[in-house]
Amino acid sequence: MEKVVKVLSRAVPLPHEDIDTDQIIPARFLKATSREGFGENLFRDWRYNSDNSPKANFVLNDTAYEGSILVAGKNFGCGSSREHAAWALYDYGFRVVVSSFFADIFKGNALNNGLLPVQVSEGFLEELMETIILIPGTKVEVDLVNQSISFNGFIESFEVNPYKKECLINGYDDIDYLVSIKNEIEAFEKQAITI
Amino acid sequence: MGKTLFDKVWDAHVVKQIDGGTDVLYIDRHLIHEVTSPQAFSELETRNLPLFRKEKMVATPDHNIPTKDQHLPIKDALSKHQVDRLLENCAKFDVELYGLGHPFQGIVHVIGPELGITLPGRTMVCGDSHTSTHGAFGAIAFGIGTSQVAQVMASQCLLQSKPKTMRITVDGELNKGVLAKDIILHIIAELTAAGGTGYFIEYGGSAIRSLSMEARMTICNMSIEMGARGGMIAPDQTTFNYIEGREFAPKSEAFEQAVAYWKTLYSDADAIFDKEYHFDAADIEPMITYGTNPGMGIKIKGNIPEKLVASSQDSYRKSLDYMGFLPGESLLGKEINHVFIGSCTNSRIEDLRIVADYVKGKKKAAHVQAMIVPGSKQVEKQAIAEGLDIVLKEAGFELREPGCSACLGMNDDKVPAGAYCVSTSNRNFEGRQGPGSRTLLASPLVAAVTAVQGKIVDITEFLN
Ligand code: SF4
Repeated sequence: MEKVVKVLSRAVPLPHEDIDTDQIIPARFLKATSREGFGENLFRDWRYNSDNSPKANFVLNDTAYEGSILVAGKNFGCGSSREHAAWALYDYGFRVVVSSFFADIFKGNALNNGLLPVQVSEGFLEELMETIILIPGTKVEVDLVNQSISFNGFIESFEVNPYKKECLINGYDDIDYLVSIKNEIEAFEKQAITI
Repeated sequence: MGKTLFDKVWDAHVVKQIDGGTDVLYIDRHLIHEVTSPQAFSELETRNLPLFRKEKMVATPDHNIPTKDQHLPIKDALSKHQVDRLLENCAKFDVELYGLGHPFQGIVHVIGPELGITLPGRTMVCGDSHTSTHGAFGAIAFGIGTSQVAQVMASQCLLQSKPKTMRITVDGELNKGVLAKDIILHIIAELTAAGGTGYFIEYGGSAIRSLSMEARMTICNMSIEMGARGGMIAPDQTTFNYIEGREFAPKSEAFEQAVAYWKTLYSDADAIFDKEYHFDAADIEPMITYGTNPGMGIKIKGNIPEKLVASSQDSYRKSLDYMGFLPGESLLGKEINHVFIGSCTNSRIEDLRIVADYVKGKKKAAHVQAMIVPGSKQVEKQAIAEGLDIVLKEAGFELREPGCSACLGMNDDKVPAGAYCVSTSNRNFEGRQGPGSRTLLASPLVAAVTAVQGKIVDITEFLN
């Protein structure tokens, strides 16, 4: 996993609530058996018409907006547990998703793939969303070490699990750690009430 | 202070705590399917890691498979590739596999319980959000992403922070025509699609206790639709009776011992939940959804709300535009062209019986395409043994072979763009049943009545 420390970028506004992982990557694109290439179909049905022509009014097709930070309405990533949603966002080039609320499994999947979910207050989200829609050139800074997000003099701090923070900053993942405690897991198994 | 059911099961599985908030949680059973496992197997291979506890895994293809002619090779090349990868990986890593045609094959969340793999007090995971289904037995069961699938493969453990606990109590007697699906759609409509995020839910109360195991699974299955990590119900005699005699369930003395342990799995009287909700069964009526998340449900006789408190006006309008409905409108009388009965929410034998019982001697409306997809080979076999296949066929329903099917439309079973489908599945997201499809979630009884009437009706007027 690649390290995440600080991201300074323009941001892409997606002011919808309850964006589910079926919208992020529709099921019919889940047939691949590797992790790469999902970015092409990110938000497929919002981004393209059925004849594959781009939908002019969708933000990813609007050249005014770009950047590695996605700003979305509350309850982002609900629904299916498909990690492909995190892969698609990452593969497309996003490194941070900002929302006022994230679905649990999506949040975990994002953190396991070097995509940082930044949960902010409703008020901050509203201010940020409005600003980047009106002034697409606005730069947003996300600083993981200090756990802060800022733009145009507005600043807010965000929570991140301390263990996950370490992992992101160092580019470690859970599997390395779990494999390293194999003896303890085996000892646990011997005494567990396994019925 | 007493412990909740959730605490009891969780605490029994903590290998160690690594910092204030993160536990190493031991996983008793791991279910896998073809869509979320190939990258996890690759991960093991890339890192040169062995599979830590292959005997705790079970695999089956379900999401991507055709529901017609399963004895023939899969036509769609990508689907075939994915299913073949599952077969290859299971052969290579020596994992128990119930492939197409195997008498135990089916939707992962249907086969776990029916084979006796799902047991009270166990921790269970699967790379699928509806793993919450297994909580109906008093197990801690939740969906995980593919990176976590790889973690469990490599260590039989996951790093998890303990969620908060919520109790939802439903007391009283259920109204006529109200099934488990209506209970859960009612709860989600009240609490919203994000109302359970961060929580693990325990369902209790006399209305829940009165339900069969299959109905309890329907409730726990949809916990994820309000954002909860999972749902659980304390095991009781109904649970023990269901488990006894199943393929992999403990037998004779071991079963007695297990039951003695399972009987300790309930929330203590003085246990404290982070959140509590109470519902009166008398308030629950047959439900249907009108929008693009499962929280957008109404009583079938009711009207679409003018606005939704939990949602911004923009998001609400976008959702209704997609569905082609207006705020304040009633759904009664809306013509429906597709009815889908299936998915891990409602594809068990009791669901098929409910449908067959209603449609017996009736015919579906001519303009409706009605598809019924059993959850597993065993459900299919049982349905045929009971003659349900004939009843359904005579009523004009198409009984397919087991799989996820039109629940997510990864195979050919899709609802056409713009068409309405009354579906017993669990998600009404945009395009869930095929690009442009419009899904209305409902119980198997509502689905059966809709198929016969060809439109949405107040089903209570049509019950025998
Ligand atoms: S039936 Fe639907 S919800 Fe259930 S596992 Fe299959 S795709 Fe997922």
